[in-house]
Amino acid sequence: MQRDGAARWRWLPARAANFASVAAIALTAFSVLLIAAGKNPLQAYVDTIVYVFGNAYGFSELLVRMTPLLFTAIAAALPARIGLINVGGEGQLYMGAWLATAGELALHDHSAFVVLPALTVLGFLGGGLWGLIPALLRALRLVNETISTLLLNYVAPLIVSLFIFGPWRSAESSSYPQSPAFVDAARLPTFFHSRVHAGLIYALACLVLYWLVMTRTRFGLEMSAIGGNPEAARRLGIPVFRYILAVMFVAGGVAGLAGMAEVAAIQGRLVSELSPGYGFVGFLVSWLAGATASGILVMSLLFAVLSSVGDILQITQGLPFAVINILLAGILFIVLGRRPIAGAAR
Amino acid sequence: MSRSREQPFLEAHGIVKRFGNLLANDVAEFSVHAGEVVALLGENGAGKSTLAKILYGYYAANAGAISVAGRQVRIGSPRDARAFGIGMVFQNFSLIPALSVFENVALFQSGLPTVVPRAALLERLRRYAGRLRLAVDPFAPVRRLAVGDQQKVEILKQLMAGARVLILDEPTKVLAPQEAEALFTTIAELREGLGIVLITHKLREALACADRIVVMRQGRVAGVLDRREASEQMLLELMFAETVTAAPPPAQGGRRVDARCVLELAGVSTSGSRGETLLHNVSLKVHCGEIVGIAGVSGNGQRELGDLILGLRRPHVGIKLLWGADASRWSVAAIRQKGAADIPDDPSALACVPSLTVRENLALGSGRRYRAGLGVNWPKLDADMRRSFARMGFACPSFEARAATLSGGNLQRVVLARELAHEPQLIVALYPTRGLDVRSTLAVRALLRGARDGGAGALIVSEDLDELFELSDRLLVLSHGTVVGEFLPDNFRAEAVGPLMVGTAVGEQADAA
Amino acid sequence: MSGALVLGVVASAVMSGTSLLYATLGEIVGERAGIVNLGLEGIMLIGAATGFAVTALTGQPYVGLAAAATAGTAVNLIFAYLVVGRRANQLASGLTLMFFGLGLSALEGRPFVGALIAGLPKVRLPGLGPAGLGGGFMNDDILVYLAVPTALLIWWLLFRTTWGLRLRAVGESPSAAVAAGLDPARLQYQALGLAGLFGGIAGAHLTLALTLTWAEGMTAGRGFIAIALVIFAKWNPLWAIAGALLFGGAESLQLQLQAAGADVSPFVMNMIPYLLTLLVLILWGWNRQSAAPAALGRSFVGVE
Repeated sequence: MQRDGAARWRWLPARAANFASVAAIALTAFSVLLIAAGKNPLQAYVDTIVYVFGNAYGFSELLVRMTPLLFTAIAAALPARIGLINVGGEGQLYMGAWLATAGELALHDHSAFVVLPALTVLGFLGGGLWGLIPALLRALRLVNETISTLLLNYVAPLIVSLFIFGPWRSAESSSYPQSPAFVDAARLPTFFHSRVHAGLIYALACLVLYWLVMTRTRFGLEMSAIGGNPEAARRLGIPVFRYILAVMFVAGGVAGLAGMAEVAAIQGRLVSELSPGYGFVGFLVSWLAGATASGILVMSLLFAVLSSVGDILQITQGLPFAVINILLAGILFIVLGRRPIAGAAR
Repeated sequence: MSRSREQPFLEAHGIVKRFGNLLANDVAEFSVHAGEVVALLGENGAGKSTLAKILYGYYAANAGAISVAGRQVRIGSPRDARAFGIGMVFQNFSLIPALSVFENVALFQSGLPTVVPRAALLERLRRYAGRLRLAVDPFAPVRRLAVGDQQKVEILKQLMAGARVLILDEPTKVLAPQEAEALFTTIAELREGLGIVLITHKLREALACADRIVVMRQGRVAGVLDRREASEQMLLELMFAETVTAAPPPAQGGRRVDARCVLELAGVSTSGSRGETLLHNVSLKVHCGEIVGIAGVSGNGQRELGDLILGLRRPHVGIKLLWGADASRWSVAAIRQKGAADIPDDPSALACVPSLTVRENLALGSGRRYRAGLGVNWPKLDADMRRSFARMGFACPSFEARAATLSGGNLQRVVLARELAHEPQLIVALYPTRGLDVRSTLAVRALLRGARDGGAGALIVSEDLDELFELSDRLLVLSHGTVVGEFLPDNFRAEAVGPLMVGTAVGEQADAA
Repeated sequence: MSGALVLGVVASAVMSGTSLLYATLGEIVGERAGIVNLGLEGIMLIGAATGFAVTALTGQPYVGLAAAATAGTAVNLIFAYLVVGRRANQLASGLTLMFFGLGLSALEGRPFVGALIAGLPKVRLPGLGPAGLGGGFMNDDILVYLAVPTALLIWWLLFRTTWGLRLRAVGESPSAAVAAGLDPARLQYQALGLAGLFGGIAGAHLTLALTLTWAEGMTAGRGFIAIALVIFAKWNPLWAIAGALLFGGAESLQLQLQAAGADVSPFVMNMIPYLLTLLVLILWGWNRQSAAPAALGRSFVGVE
């Protein structure tokens, strides 16, 4: 039972062209920066391509970097469909990690068949509940969600730190507070001797679900209605209040899964620095993608490539990682400064 | 015999204005003298507003010349127009609601020094306000003023900016009959030394106020009559180019009122987010096969009444019965499912999602009817909707088109097709013909009558008394959130209804139905 | 609590709140013109890093301050070009600005981490001691002294001058402003330039007076607190004074409590400013205060 998909497909060529141009802008801007820093852009690109695409491990790292971005982008895209701005991906990620860690500490004696699903659920729940707070405040017309999610972004890492420095402090390393390592049963399986982990499967599954719901179900239709004209949606009987809560819960949950994946796969424990801004980058990915599933896939990949490049530059060219933020911002400045194309969310 | 002894202050020759293929204006000559009131009369779409906007610099004419005090001038923007002494008061005020009267007026002054000269400006404001009989606190935010007073502030703004010609665009549209009378008095007093252009589509107003009446039809000046020689019949002929027969009087009397109530409100009150009373002790009934009209000046609770009936608001006091059951706490979806239809005044803002297609808009708000698992039963929806369009005699628009691309009239048709597709038993229509062209207006009214004849009960809110008189079986007047009067068809007269629309003060109880 | 502790908290609150006040004032001017700048955090970081770096290089804190103010203005004008000139989405542009600020400040400050600088010199003023004790001296830098007068100046600018009136008109209703013959874009550029100036100064005060060090991302969300403070202050510079003091107090309370040996986790104390801000916003929402400029950033401020 498909939604009226006819209208959407027409825009695909335009969208593909859009993405291609963004990529081109990215590369150009980066070249300028490299030249300004006295480095050779061509060498850097060759190094990157070799590392990322010519090398199985390099490619796997790309997927690893892409995974959290997929999650946080969906976490921003879903509420965007009903006109909400969720910049709280950071906080929701941390809270998902936190609750998943709590689960691991409680259940580490059990087998993986019990622990992993439990951690998944807890990761989702942690982020979801954190996302429910701003949802409630917005649905009750008390506080705009942009500011509440932003503020809560700063509270969540503090909660994590509180527990890492306190009750969950691992006895092992005293200089660097963190939780005890997750038991093997609690670790997400990885593939092909790389760091690519099952979290990627979760993320892709979420993406597919997102696409299905938005384009094939009546829920997607009603959400588009709310996003397009909330007043009319209300008058047509769509339960906007319930949608705000449900959507933010699910969105927060998806971001929470990113946190769960960080602790259960990448870090193997709860640490205080879980995210170098995945939440915000995810928001920008979603925005650039116009909150579309295909766009999120492409843009996450693009940003993952940029991140890889940043690492390579740090290693091979001696530039600080912070350069990436400037590059990221520069690209976005250029994209924001262009005239909007038909169909793109501005 | 026109007053041509003195030179007109403002003159326009050969004004031509096109919007794409549409010829909006082709005016050979138009002039305004100091001390005279010129009525610019014509039906909707005749080009009166367009001409005025050209004179005010809002639009640029494709051809033509404008002269002020004998000198030809170029008016490129409203700022230029004001510099030449031309002021215009639009239907939508350009006042800033959050700023005070003083600040709104000050903003409009040209050549203000760095620091706003409060004392001097206040003094001038008080003087002009006195002339206009405007008695408000100059530091009160404009949004707290009554509409009539806001309009006076708009006029004040223009006068203080040095207007020598004042153009008023359909000023009585937002006023009650009494406030309109007050405006005419103000106009009569203001005209000394000032030229006033009154844009209107109401014959009575033109005849009441004007010294000269310029009739426009289809963008051209159809005729200019001096007040003394003008009559309603002559004006009508000029406006419509053929002898117009009056609309047939609505079939009155002999209608048996069904005893069953579709809707009943008993002592309903509700307040707003700031605690202000929106509706106070409203009691009314709508029976099957009856149209109840609601008259009143906009902003007296009509929208809130409609919202409450449809479930968008809850009554804080009193109960709401739908089909005999207590529906006070029913959700919007439930009420719609039971057979209520919502026809608001602004379809693109209130009843449609412009970014979605027509088909998707038709699917929304249909409740459980077209559910198919998690999706929508598109084929059934298409079939039902096409049938609905056919039944109403409307041409079916392309279902793939985005709603944003449809005109106001076409969008309203889509809304009607959707809302009336399943033979609703209760229709709530707020200003259903506002902004529509003549053909659409007649179609909408016919549909509402048809639905009523088919047994539905309808509640129609309108600011057009003529429309209400034509459609209603019973007429209620809403003022300050209370029902202040009820009228039956044999008493449908503006002189009877008008005073009630603006008379009762807050808190007083008038005889409710 | 001992008198010394109270004095300490108040003095520290004033120090802490000064930076917040400048940032809030700048944001008020911008938002009154209808532009919300989520990138204020980035501007403050740039101001902090630039001020620190230039001071370390030249040894002249006032030169550093001037550099910080200039940098803040320049970068905010880039933001202005995006949202005013190109009509870009304000939220996305703001977040981008935040990233830019994070990256640029890190780059600027990296060579100077650990440098020792002479901060803004303190000036002794007789009369009003901390907590109004007679006969005391206030011993702070000029930014602290100028903070409240600046707030008064901004109030006067917004509510008594023609420029301020026009600015507020633009923020309420650009169409009405155009009808009155104004140029909204020009006014918005001017507003954002001023906001950038203040943001840069706010950031500089952190490195040149409060901590005398530089660390990546050291503003720790102060930019966002300032944005929340604007709502708290109902877009009125006078209320901003109270707000900045309150939140500066919350920030300083934790330091003082720790110094006094209170057994409260620093993490919990760190949470207080954010939670307090949220609480205040909830109360404001409860009271249905809606003093926001009507045309502010489209969907940002509304809850409808």
